[in-house]
Amino acid sequence: MRALSVKLWRDLIQLRGQAIAIGLVMACGVATLIMSLSMLDSMATTIDRYYKQSRFAQVFVHLERAPLSLIDRIAEVPGVAYAQARVIERVTLDMQRLEEPAWGRIVSLPEDTNSGLNLVHLRSGRYPEAPREVLVGQRFATAHGLVAGDEINAVLNGRREVLRVVGIGLSPEFVYLISPGSILPENERYGVFWMAHREMEAAFDMEGAFNDAILTLSPNAIEQEVIDRVDDLTERYGSLGAYGRLDQPSHRFLDNELKELRGTALIVPVIFLIVSAFLLNIVLARMIATQREQIAALKALGYSSREIGLHYLQFVLVIAVCSAFVGSLLGAWMGRGMTAMYAEFFDFPSFEYVIKRRVIVLGISVSSISATLGVASALYAAMRLPPAEAMRPRAPQSYRPTILERVGVHRFLPTSLRMIVRQLERQPAKTLLSILGVSLATAILVLGRYSEDAVGFIMDHQFNRVLRYDANVVLFDKTDSSAISTVSSMPGILATEPYRRITARIHAGHKKELVDMLALERVDGMQQLLDLSGRQIPLADSGILISSVLADKLDIRPGMTVTVEALEGRRPEIELPVCGVIDDFAGLSVYVRLKDLNRWLREQGAIGGIMVQVDSELAESLYLELKQAPRVVAVESTHAMRENFDELVIRNMAIMRPFLISFSVIIAFGVVYNSARISLAERSRDLSTLRVLGFSKREIASIQLWELALITGFGIPVGLVAGYLLAEFTSEATAMEIARMPFVIAPSTFGFSAVVVLTASIVSGLIVRRRLDRIDLIAVL
Amino acid sequence: MGKADNRSLDRCAVFSAKGLTKVYRVGDVDVHALRGIDLELYAGEVVVLLGPSGSGKSTLLNILGGLDAPSSGTVRALDHDLTGSDDAALTRFRREHIGFVFQFYNLIPSLTARENISLVTDIAQDPMSAEEALRIVGLADRMDHFPAQLSGGEQQRVAIARAIAKQPDVLLCDEPTGALDASTGVVVLEAIERINRELGTATVIITHNAAISAMADRIVSMSGGLVAEIRDNVKQLARGIRW
Repeated sequence: MRALSVKLWRDLIQLRGQAIAIGLVMACGVATLIMSLSMLDSMATTIDRYYKQSRFAQVFVHLERAPLSLIDRIAEVPGVAYAQARVIERVTLDMQRLEEPAWGRIVSLPEDTNSGLNLVHLRSGRYPEAPREVLVGQRFATAHGLVAGDEINAVLNGRREVLRVVGIGLSPEFVYLISPGSILPENERYGVFWMAHREMEAAFDMEGAFNDAILTLSPNAIEQEVIDRVDDLTERYGSLGAYGRLDQPSHRFLDNELKELRGTALIVPVIFLIVSAFLLNIVLARMIATQREQIAALKALGYSSREIGLHYLQFVLVIAVCSAFVGSLLGAWMGRGMTAMYAEFFDFPSFEYVIKRRVIVLGISVSSISATLGVASALYAAMRLPPAEAMRPRAPQSYRPTILERVGVHRFLPTSLRMIVRQLERQPAKTLLSILGVSLATAILVLGRYSEDAVGFIMDHQFNRVLRYDANVVLFDKTDSSAISTVSSMPGILATEPYRRITARIHAGHKKELVDMLALERVDGMQQLLDLSGRQIPLADSGILISSVLADKLDIRPGMTVTVEALEGRRPEIELPVCGVIDDFAGLSVYVRLKDLNRWLREQGAIGGIMVQVDSELAESLYLELKQAPRVVAVESTHAMRENFDELVIRNMAIMRPFLISFSVIIAFGVVYNSARISLAERSRDLSTLRVLGFSKREIASIQLWELALITGFGIPVGLVAGYLLAEFTSEATAMEIARMPFVIAPSTFGFSAVVVLTASIVSGLIVRRRLDRIDLIAVL
Repeated sequence: MGKADNRSLDRCAVFSAKGLTKVYRVGDVDVHALRGIDLELYAGEVVVLLGPSGSGKSTLLNILGGLDAPSSGTVRALDHDLTGSDDAALTRFRREHIGFVFQFYNLIPSLTARENISLVTDIAQDPMSAEEALRIVGLADRMDHFPAQLSGGEQQRVAIARAIAKQPDVLLCDEPTGALDASTGVVVLEAIERINRELGTATVIITHNAAISAMADRIVSMSGGLVAEIRDNVKQLARGIRW
């Protein structure tokens, strides 16, 4: 090995503590990059392959009922490549494992199960043929342990039937399966089923008719044009409006997940790489300063500036490449963990986790380039160092009175502290960046904990304040109000309150959105209309409240008037005033009084569901009775919703927490430890002089630790504020259609973040303190 | 007198400096380190540059070695014109022709004695082996020691070995014994003397220690950035030098 390479390795070994501290920060950045990019690749490839194989439709439309001849006219719309008519209906199920009834959707299958769109992938068994034979969605089958040959008691079209399971299947339209209005899968309570088309026709009185169409487009078709044409054709058949893949519920979630991964792939690694580039810069600058004479000697021996620059660049690149290697392994491990987590949410026939070579290459390149950019100025200084000048002893660094001294505060500072303040002020960029590093570590923690706080707040707000019922009995729409007395007379019912839920379209100017319209009998009843601080939002007669997500999308504010087009019954269009905006975290929704809705629809007394308060002792027998009731579609228990939420969201957050804490600790440690080591190196001569003058080890240690205290002392509060702002930004930026995170941070989050970073700082301070205790007085002087 | 002239004529000049000046700016003050130096150095001779601190000795040496550029004047070294050379040419010149020895040794602390010399043998065109260079300075048995494990005199001898390993045309020594006590210093001087004798390397030694000038062929005295006097000397063995 060349002697210069030997020097490189020995320098690395000498600075191993710092190199490892920086390398870890860099590895975290690379790991996040590799993890999110590989997941992005794996997801995108899997989705793409699955959609192609299963011929996933591109445009969807659901209607009340249309003659089959309409599908031919839809197929003739320019731009439509293929159109398929289906029947989709709701089904209520009496499952043994579940107290309350479960429910789901039942979808018709064409005779030739290999033709048409949205092909169902058979996991086991066979496709249904005979009456009452069904294929069950994998998720529901797993949740209930269903296998071919099992029987399920169900209510189809108001009739009790026994369904026979003949197989287990998967479909591209239910990769992410959620019940209408929900944002989380409920594997036990909501499922999807398939039945042969002619059996569906018979069971739901749909002979010669359909109520759902799916289309694919020809290569040059413009989606919106097709949608408009299809809307024209289907409107009079009770269409809810055609929509493309981006509005298809399952696809929308997948797409959103891809977006999030893209965001993670960009933002998080950038933070880590900036911090590590900065740390490399200060370490290398310090190293070059201490090796001035060595650089001069090397130049005198005939080494060129380029060779010297390359030598120090190699030092940095070794760290960068090793970190990229460790980061890649860590990223692959995290990616595998993510894959397992995804399996809880998404159903693909196969999900292969792949790390493409270009992702690894990108990881190595990004870390190397950021490291090189980070040290460019230090390298330049080393290359420019005139050998003759480097040979002369370094002139004492010039110090000047600090800002504190100029304003006269210095009188209150002890001499030792003045020494520190002057040093910090003399290198303002380095000091600021160190403070910024500590701030970032703090901010990452605040941001991470914020999502837990926000979810906790949503849980508390929804389950303890907004929802005052124990169960929501979903009925077939337009049930007459006699159902209220029927339900009231069931065992264990303490109170009831009817409501209705329909689909509507809101027009504001030239913008329009499909929304979920909830009509309540009482505005202060079992579903409260509250703002985030728990205050009632008034809902005037003949007015509406809109969700904040909708308000943002349509750019509407309270006091404005919008056009509401009910997509039910006689489909009235009414101008209505917006009374207020409500933060309901999920979806595009509109709230209205029940009597108003029924008046507009001219359907007095119609209801779509009943919220009930239940005596928990009698809940079991109540659910048993509700399972038998023919008009009941589903029963959603708030307890079960909460458990499901806990299971899927809170648990996954708990899995992420240690990563977040480790990442933050690594940054805090990297920054504080390196700052401490550097200033120790810069000041060792001064400190030894003080020791010779009679200062105790404790005294000089306290001088040294003051600096860390100042950096941490400024960094943490700045970080808390930065975290607060980042959380606010995240809350704004992630306000998507599906769900919105409220901007809520618990005070304990600030405390927790500060304590974690402070602890990391103290530990790194103590490690440096040990080094200080071993300082060799004679060698230094 | 004639003898000296003859010697000047038969010898080829390794360095030829004319009208060298060097002005530094330190803070707001111009420091005139060299005020017009004319000097020639010949192959195989030992020249001692004598003078008090601040007389311009080190500045002159740095310029001759291609480490620094003069403010005005010309330097020709062998067949190179140093004054017009860019950094790359100066680097090549140092790499091929010059050996440096510094007052504070400037060894790389993270490399052993042998490895410090390898720094040079790695890049030189026709170097001797590191082992051979160490043998010449009498440190064959300390090859694998790190600088911190060597005495000051030993470190300086490693530095000398490092300087001569490339078989340079000129050895430039800046206060080679400045940081050493007398008995150690003599050992170092003996090493320099031996190299001059065995390899015929032209050697320039800077010192403010007049005793060392006893080992020179010529003594150049400097004062206030000027050459005050150049005189020939009858060389003595370094072993006999005392201070």
